[in-house]
Amino acid sequence: MAERSSIFDMIGPIMIGPSSSHTGGVARIGRVARHLFGGLPEKVIITFYNSFSRTYEGHGSDRAIIAGLMDMKTDDERIKTAFEHAKEQGFHYEFKAVFNASSLHPNSIKVQMEKDDLKMSVIGVSRGGGLISIVEIDGFSCNFSAQSPCMIITSEDSHGRAAFITTVIAQEDCNIATMSITRSGKKGTAKVVVELDSPIRPLTLEYMRSVRGIKNIIYLPDLGL
Amino acid sequence: MSVLFDSFDEWRTYCEYHKVDIWQPVVGYEIDQRGRSEGEIWDKLAQSYAVMKDAVHTGLSEDMQSISGMINNGAKKVAACEINVLGENFKKLVAYTLAAKEVNSCMGRVVAAPTAGASGIMPGVLTTLQEIHDLPRQKILEGMLVSAGIALIIERRASIAGAVGGCQAETGTAAAMGAGAIVHCLGGNLDQVFEAVAITIMNMLGLICDPVAGLVEVPCVKRNASAGVIAFASAQIALAGDSAVIPVDEVIDAMGEVGASMEDKYKETALGGIANTPTAREIEKNVLVQQVESIEEENEA
Repeated sequence: MAERSSIFDMIGPIMIGPSSSHTGGVARIGRVARHLFGGLPEKVIITFYNSFSRTYEGHGSDRAIIAGLMDMKTDDERIKTAFEHAKEQGFHYEFKAVFNASSLHPNSIKVQMEKDDLKMSVIGVSRGGGLISIVEIDGFSCNFSAQSPCMIITSEDSHGRAAFITTVIAQEDCNIATMSITRSGKKGTAKVVVELDSPIRPLTLEYMRSVRGIKNIIYLPDLGL
Repeated sequence: MSVLFDSFDEWRTYCEYHKVDIWQPVVGYEIDQRGRSEGEIWDKLAQSYAVMKDAVHTGLSEDMQSISGMINNGAKKVAACEINVLGENFKKLVAYTLAAKEVNSCMGRVVAAPTAGASGIMPGVLTTLQEIHDLPRQKILEGMLVSAGIALIIERRASIAGAVGGCQAETGTAAAMGAGAIVHCLGGNLDQVFEAVAITIMNMLGLICDPVAGLVEVPCVKRNASAGVIAFASAQIALAGDSAVIPVDEVIDAMGEVGASMEDKYKETALGGIANTPTAREIEKNVLVQQVESIEEENEA
């Protein structure tokens, strides 16, 4: 049976209006995208899909995503004036809307970020009640809520990579909540997404990053979403 | 193990057996289910109530015009109106409820209780109640625990989401939460609290969710005010000792049944009711994003 609600789901959360899925969830997607990217991008293209495509202005979802990218939380009153804050920080953004992406959830957003040579594309879904899922990073599908610490590992798609990752995490006394692997063709690149119940030590991360065949590890701490 | 809030009957039985006040099992539930300490629970309640009071104040003092323009400082107009249709307190309730909900529509900070779409009702009801009866804050926080217990049961037996159960699920639940809190805070007993919930839900039953242009503005904001009024009317009846006749659990089940058989066009989709009137369709043209691409165009780009 699903976990029972908290009384603070009934009286709460404290949030910026008007809608938990159109402002709260959207700000969260922006925040997670920023942390996946590793900081504030210089330039962003944001695409609102399907149900979001026509209502994102009226609900202020455009301000919410920009606020999230600037690391504001869902109860931050500056969300309303996010565009002005973005201007002060010299942050450039552009909005697009696509109404018929049938492969995507009704409330989906793509965030394409750029800074210097770095580029990243993240697709997030606002599932209602402010809950979110990140469903794609740079073309690789995934599915995590970012409510606990998370590792996104890019590796060569070779024998034993997954076994190596789980072994190291096991020795860390760290419980794996979920783990998913996707790859681009045989012998290509694999993306391993590991959600953890507790944080991992920086030393362990450094070790894993140094291992041959591991191309990159993005570590997302508990962001307190 | 304390109460699981699957039914009002269970809540009543527990309180009678253990000889505890109606709000106490709600604290026990949160401790059991979420591992929070009692101190933390009171702190969070106090914080939520402070945000509610701030929302009422903000809605009455700052400019409240929504991005669409459909919401335009209604609470301040009511507060300044020279005609009192019933009396000063009634006008206060309407103004306070509108104020908090307008803050929500205008991207201000609110407490979703139980949802953002119904976020004007609890603040309007509780702040009016405290002012009129000069109640200590602790009493209001107890009332909020009673409200939370009510919402937990409605969530389990029916729904608190407009997309699942229509507007009755959101403003109906909030009004029931408010009515229960009023009865408790004014000294009503457990049975009177439950009668107030039953009467409120009966009065809100069947209400559809039909937001113009899909925004949480029309008819949502004004429905928050009328839901606050229904909460007080139901509490008055229950405190007098009159009965809803139908037991509260059966009323909640009826609410679930009505929600389940409601057509999708009346569940937050903006396809029916007020959202489908000619004027609403005109408003949509101005409010909705017009520069929308189809996926083929995107692929070519």
